[in-house]
Amino acid sequence: MNKRRTSLFFFILSMIFFYLPLLILVIYSFNEGRSSTWQGFSMKWYKELFLYSDNIWKAFKYSLIIGILSSLTSTLIGTLGAIGIHWYHFKHKNYLKVITFLPLVIPDIILGVSLLIMFATIKLELGLTSIFIAHTTFNIPFVLFIVLSRLGEFDYSIVEAAYDLGANEFQTLKKVILPMLTPAIVSGFLMALTLSFDDFVTTFFVAGPGSSTLPLRIYSMIRLGVSPVVNALSVLLIVLSIAFTLSTKSLQKYFVK
Amino acid sequence: MKKISSGSFYSIPLTLWMSVFFVIPMLIVLSYAFLTKGTYGGVQMIFTLKNFNVFFEPVFLKILFRTIYISVAVTIITVILAVPTAYFIARSRFKQELLILVIIPFWTNFLIRIYSWISILGSNGFLNTFLMKLGIIETPLKLLYNTGSVILITVYTSLPFAILPLYAIIEKFDFSLVEAARDLGATNSQAFRKVFLPNIKSGITTAILFTFIPAMGSYAIPKLVGGTQATMLGNIIAQHLTVTRNWPLASAISAMLILVTSVALLLFMRAEKKSKEVSDE
Repeated sequence: MNKRRTSLFFFILSMIFFYLPLLILVIYSFNEGRSSTWQGFSMKWYKELFLYSDNIWKAFKYSLIIGILSSLTSTLIGTLGAIGIHWYHFKHKNYLKVITFLPLVIPDIILGVSLLIMFATIKLELGLTSIFIAHTTFNIPFVLFIVLSRLGEFDYSIVEAAYDLGANEFQTLKKVILPMLTPAIVSGFLMALTLSFDDFVTTFFVAGPGSSTLPLRIYSMIRLGVSPVVNALSVLLIVLSIAFTLSTKSLQKYFVK
Repeated sequence: MKKISSGSFYSIPLTLWMSVFFVIPMLIVLSYAFLTKGTYGGVQMIFTLKNFNVFFEPVFLKILFRTIYISVAVTIITVILAVPTAYFIARSRFKQELLILVIIPFWTNFLIRIYSWISILGSNGFLNTFLMKLGIIETPLKLLYNTGSVILITVYTSLPFAILPLYAIIEKFDFSLVEAARDLGATNSQAFRKVFLPNIKSGITTAILFTFIPAMGSYAIPKLVGGTQATMLGNIIAQHLTVTRNWPLASAISAMLILVTSVALLLFMRAEKKSKEVSDE
């Protein structure tokens, strides 16, 4: 069929487009030489990455710390907020909806710029704290919307049944609402972790000297064009993201059960 | 629905956090746009409108139009690639597996994806080396540092963001409607245009917004592969913020960027609302 073939063509085109550049990175990472001409198989860039690249690992550590802390914080705030927005009526609900929707639709550079200007105004020193604040801020709306969409499918009569059977509010939250929200909370957390680990632009503005996250480190490596270590690092990150993608699939299955 | 006593308690942390770290910073930016640059960076509390004069400077206008041009081009190419790709995945027997193929680049670091193109298009990159080996060219082609490379790489980084929402909506689409249209005498392309496209319109709108808005705010891609030829709005905002330290000017341009994207957003939302009303009739 005609349409089938057209869409297959575009699908293949997209996949070549996606994977050819990544494949070339993988090949180059095993290249003995520095340039793009093939000079024989070598693991030396991996050796350099794992043994002599302290600043990369330091940046990795910072990314990990900020990623985990900001994901935990945004998951907590976002989940509670979603429960609040979904089940309660209060005065400033529209204001709340707007300020949680807007960050999703304005360019991320704006958040970086405005936070930098605010931090300078209140004289907060730039560093891990300012990056943590920025990441939590852009993560919250994503967690919120993931949890809200789950709440939308949620059967409220179960909550009412819990009350009828004598559960108080805390018990209902702990024994009924939270367990049912677990898959969404887990996806929200993982989404936040990914966004935090990936963010360059916002971090670029709010990171002080000496608090480089992994994307900032990669950025300066690309700009300086130093060494093919960045190829090896790229392959490592691609492998990690594949492992992460596959594991979250099975993780989600586990939690949905 | 039963109301529970603690009311809006759950939303307090959310309200506080987003007010302090999102609303207030935005308000500061908007107000800085009307203040005067301090002698050593920072601001002086003197009201002025002269920051907005920049919007009449030819150099600025050129960058503004280039930013819009690049973002529109990126959006069109991305959506054209994404619709059939998402369609193919949604109609496939191996949905989950194919979807993972889209999610992997989506979760691969943004800068690594830019870098992979630098290693292809660079003057001694893969493509030039390859073409020279074959004897097709003698000197390396200048493939990077122009508008084209910025468009290409932005399409690359935004494609997953367009495919995923389109997939979500196409997957829910009832394809028996297309069959019905064909039974009633519609041709393939008529069924596509009159039945399929209107039904996936909200997916297309989301895909457009997820592509257009980040493109308008691009910073890293034009900085890394655009050279001086493809400077975009984000780059001059950063320049005024970090190099010339003219914060009121950076704020004024940021305010304009917020305005342009908000207008685009409102137009899209209105268009979608209208099309919904039409299809409901």
